[in-house]
Amino acid sequence: MAEKNPASSGTVVAGIDVGGTFTDLILIDGRTRQVRIAKTPTTVDNQAFGVVAALESAGVPMPEIDLVVHGTTTTTNAVLERRLARTGMITTRGFRDVIELGRRTRPQPYGMTGTFVPVIPRDLRLEVSERMEAGGIVRSALDEAEVCAAVDELLAAGCESLVIHFLHSYANPSHELRAGEIAAGRWPNGYVTLGHKLLSEAREFERGVTAAVNASVQPILERYVERLRRELAGRGYSRDFLMMNGNGGMISSRFVADEAAKTVMSGPASGVIAAAYTGRRAGFPSLVTYDMGGTSTDVALILNAEPAVSNETEIEYAMPIHVPMVAVHTVGAGGGSIARVDASGLIQVGPHSAGAMPGPICYGRGGSEPTITDANLVLGRLNPNRLLSVDRPVTVEHVRSIFAETIGRPAGLDGNEAAGAVLRLGNMKMAGAVRMVSVARGHDPRDFALFAFGGAGPLHATALARELGLPRVLVPARPGITNALGCVVADLRHDFVNTVNHPVASLDEAAMGAILERHRAEGAALIAKEAAQPETIRYLHSADMQFVGQTHIITVPLPSARIDRAELQDLFEKAYFARFRVDLPEIRASLVNLNTSVIGVREAIDLSRLIDPAGRAATLEAALVERRPVWFAGKWIDTPVYARERLPLDAVVSGPAILEQMDATTVLEPGDRATSDTDGNLIIEVGG
Amino acid sequence: MTLDAITLSVIQAALQQTCDEMDLAFSRAAFSPVIAEANDRSDGIYAADDGALIAQGSQGLPVFVGVMQYSTKTIIEMCAAGRCLPPEAGDIYIVNDPYLGGTHLMDVRFAMPVFRGGAIFCWLSNTGHWPDIGGAVPGGFSASATAVEQEGLRLPPVKLFKAGKLDPEIYAIITSNIRVADQRIGDIKAQAAALHVGKDRLFQILDRYGDETVVAAIAELRRRAAAQMRAAIATIADGTYRSTAFVDSDGVVDAPLTIALSVEKAGDQLTFDFAGSSPPCAGPMNSVLATTLSSVYLAMRHIFPEVPISAGAFEPLIVKRPQGTFLDARYPRPVSGCAAEVSQRIAEAVFAAMVQALPDRVTAAPAGSSGNFALGGSDPARGRDFVMYQISGGGYGGHAGGDGLSNGCSTIGISKSPPVEIMEQAFPVLYRSYAIREGSGGAGKHRGGFGLAYEVELLRGEARASFVMDHGRTGPQGALGGRDGAVNEVTVFRGDAAHVPPHLSKEQDIPLKAGDRVRVGTPGGGGYGDPAERDPALVRRDVRLGYYTAEQASEKFGVAVAE
Repeated sequence: MAEKNPASSGTVVAGIDVGGTFTDLILIDGRTRQVRIAKTPTTVDNQAFGVVAALESAGVPMPEIDLVVHGTTTTTNAVLERRLARTGMITTRGFRDVIELGRRTRPQPYGMTGTFVPVIPRDLRLEVSERMEAGGIVRSALDEAEVCAAVDELLAAGCESLVIHFLHSYANPSHELRAGEIAAGRWPNGYVTLGHKLLSEAREFERGVTAAVNASVQPILERYVERLRRELAGRGYSRDFLMMNGNGGMISSRFVADEAAKTVMSGPASGVIAAAYTGRRAGFPSLVTYDMGGTSTDVALILNAEPAVSNETEIEYAMPIHVPMVAVHTVGAGGGSIARVDASGLIQVGPHSAGAMPGPICYGRGGSEPTITDANLVLGRLNPNRLLSVDRPVTVEHVRSIFAETIGRPAGLDGNEAAGAVLRLGNMKMAGAVRMVSVARGHDPRDFALFAFGGAGPLHATALARELGLPRVLVPARPGITNALGCVVADLRHDFVNTVNHPVASLDEAAMGAILERHRAEGAALIAKEAAQPETIRYLHSADMQFVGQTHIITVPLPSARIDRAELQDLFEKAYFARFRVDLPEIRASLVNLNTSVIGVREAIDLSRLIDPAGRAATLEAALVERRPVWFAGKWIDTPVYARERLPLDAVVSGPAILEQMDATTVLEPGDRATSDTDGNLIIEVGG
Repeated sequence: MTLDAITLSVIQAALQQTCDEMDLAFSRAAFSPVIAEANDRSDGIYAADDGALIAQGSQGLPVFVGVMQYSTKTIIEMCAAGRCLPPEAGDIYIVNDPYLGGTHLMDVRFAMPVFRGGAIFCWLSNTGHWPDIGGAVPGGFSASATAVEQEGLRLPPVKLFKAGKLDPEIYAIITSNIRVADQRIGDIKAQAAALHVGKDRLFQILDRYGDETVVAAIAELRRRAAAQMRAAIATIADGTYRSTAFVDSDGVVDAPLTIALSVEKAGDQLTFDFAGSSPPCAGPMNSVLATTLSSVYLAMRHIFPEVPISAGAFEPLIVKRPQGTFLDARYPRPVSGCAAEVSQRIAEAVFAAMVQALPDRVTAAPAGSSGNFALGGSDPARGRDFVMYQISGGGYGGHAGGDGLSNGCSTIGISKSPPVEIMEQAFPVLYRSYAIREGSGGAGKHRGGFGLAYEVELLRGEARASFVMDHGRTGPQGALGGRDGAVNEVTVFRGDAAHVPPHLSKEQDIPLKAGDRVRVGTPGGGGYGDPAERDPALVRRDVRLGYYTAEQASEKFGVAVAE
């Protein structure tokens, strides 16, 4: 091969993540061990411009860059805002409404209202005669003439993408395959998604929506990739670039649009990948990740350096995308969560949010209701001069007076106490929500560190860890660009799922082993097609299991591709007891799915220069920026403020203290104690 | 002890969190899909002295709002009177007697006394819907029972766990009286484990804030919840708001049952009076008092979702005991329909009254039926018996903010319906269609949502079909000039003959042979406001999407649309 291996040492790798406000870049120059960081405004209409701007501001000529890895929210935004390609569906007669009817739900337990807009409108969903039985036996043959007519009708209606979604296609895909062939002969492009291709499992609503999302974002993603390819080529980068998938793995931009639905939620996934990578190097393989943003907070669980993966993501109400994705739970609380005193005189924080517009009061965009961010400002935790994205500066006194008026007066508190109450309650509610998706699922909090990133994560991390009973917090060197770092450190990855649904006691061990071997071979073949070749290939196997009669599953990691019934039973019972403190010798276990992840491991990236060692001060005092009063536990404490990036590597910082850096502020509460490791991570021991 | 606003808010959030974790633990570990998938369960914390509700999980099934405080209260009273063995640490009582603060027999309640320093600090209780409790029909929803004994095993409060250990004798009695008994041990352990999760979390709160502080906070929170509900009520204009809702029939006697409601708003309280409602009925559509109260509470919670669930919030809601009506059933009246159907008609009556008072907050009537269709038979291909349950959604009512949702969950539930593919895997049936029920949404300025239309065929062997649905006689009512949603329809095609149940929405044990079909159309939601005021562009869109025909557009909305 003429092309050198882009992931080998001495190469220049750039990771770029597009977020809602900023496009972040991290470039690691293997030749000089230099790290370059850039933050440019996201260009909403065409994210490619922001990406190129970020690359240009990194200061390395593009022809010298060996590999660009990119995470985009193009598909996520397209789905959430329903700015989708016009897409048609051909489906089994009698079932065109499946993706609109859903599973008879409402968005919230209380309140008898809700709206739902299907990704494909009803008049573009056409039915044809065909029927497969549950066992995969053909009950009615596919009417090919009807398929032809339906394809033509959808083309005439202006559809750009097509979904073919038949009942029980997971059991027998022959009708979908044949209809797909017919469509391919008439459809002017490759945007034809067969229902069973992404998800070969029963449940017609979930499979249908997954396919419909895929088809309706395919052209959008492909156009975006092409635009970016042209922009990059025009500036001298003509190699293939890689894209992040929601499973936390990378894939060539040449294939990414085939399974475009997999890129939805890729941004949060890459943050979790960076956390797992950083944590493993730092000696903290089990983490709860905590990415707090303006309107919401993303939380994920990492056990032994492996992020939890879910096949059942729902990106919004009644919008399931059932492909393997890093299990990121979104909690509806962030810096913009609004505080109020309710009719009973109790302080409540959230669920309403000021969002980005008008945003917190201190952003000066017309916000008038106090938020968590405003509380941080009033209490001296945030530096008013260092707020990003402020339109018209607002004085701290003005914000404090609003707390005094709206929260303090009805609750009998002054402005500071009111802000303190809002912060405490906000932290507590957030901790509760974090607990529900992490340690409440059968884990001992003492085994975890809280990995805090995003703009606001480090601001709340120690308080949150205290609430959750997590003994320590890890704040990475560059909390504000964690997702971009995930792009740089991610591996190539393909996930496979096979449904088994069989009691463990009578499993065919050889046949089960063969399934896993097939996964390994398919994954290795896919990775072999990539331009960027990994150092090694790693295989992870797991089993989704349950007791016979149950509907929920728990996932048990398997030590090898060899299936042993007794071992399977034992692994499951142990995992079940750990989770629920229940053992059920009375009931048989069942194997639901066998899963394999094939991971092309790239060469390790050195993180030790994320903060330039040359910039470190010799003493702690020399890193001191100022001292200012900060409100802790009901009173003002004169608190040192340090420049995070100037802290000596061997410094020990005792709380209370504030550590500031470009895009994040870390708060050490009284009793906390922070040290740094060689990668520049802050390791905070949370005080009692 | 006086408490600051911060401590109060913090303890409120901590208690809520405890209940949410109990809900999670119960669902995740449960076997019964009714609990695990459909979340037909609820967990809460109850006062030591009178069982009053302190906090309840936010993901609990709405129909259980308030119910468990009555069963917990009953246990406390029976213990005091020596009618139950006295509570000791580690005990868990089991009870499903409907007349002792319950719903129907399938809802099995566990109650655990929590001891601190030798005395009971509070009770933790939960309810789970078991898939079977014995009785005449699998699953317990007999449409024609005439006494509670026909509905299944009735348990007074007895200790299922004594000092932390499962009592094998009581367990044996239970499992000898129910179907698919071997899996119930899984649900029993899950239900008990959830209580232990709650106890652990509660102890953390008590250790952190101190027992005295938490006790004081609970009292203050109760007072404030009442104040919050009173503040919400105070926004309503004084007056009396009346409504009527109808249950199709009791399943035995083919005549409608009337729920007559008048809600009197005076000052900061609401008084609900069901005087004039039908007398107790012969069939299983009676409601026990706890369920009637709970139905009022859950309807108010749908209207004011921001008020937290606690005994305090219920204080300003005065429900006169509807003595002598079918809404206050006494032993041995059959009650299996109360939680699933009658409760939703009671809620509909509350909505219909309150929409007059709060037109911006309350919707026109939702479909309000769980759509229970059970098919029991024998599958010759697999050589075994089966019981299949199909639950379905329906249209929601239009409201000030827009149209009603289509195929929404029952008013009292939060459960998902099963996928067609899963049903066809498990049972010898084939669905011919599963579709939006066109034309079913009630006309209005904001129209009702659409119901579901499905048709399912028996592929092999023989089976018996049973239906416990409602709104077959009258559709979900429109509001403020809106029209009613479409009525529920059931047709059974046996050979060449089409059979419509005489009671329209309820019938038991209709024999089917291979090739016979069942067709169901669930109700559409009621419309909101005058249909003539609907934006003609929306009417045209609805025709383009096939929701209504051009003829219906002209008839229902007065808008001419070229087809």
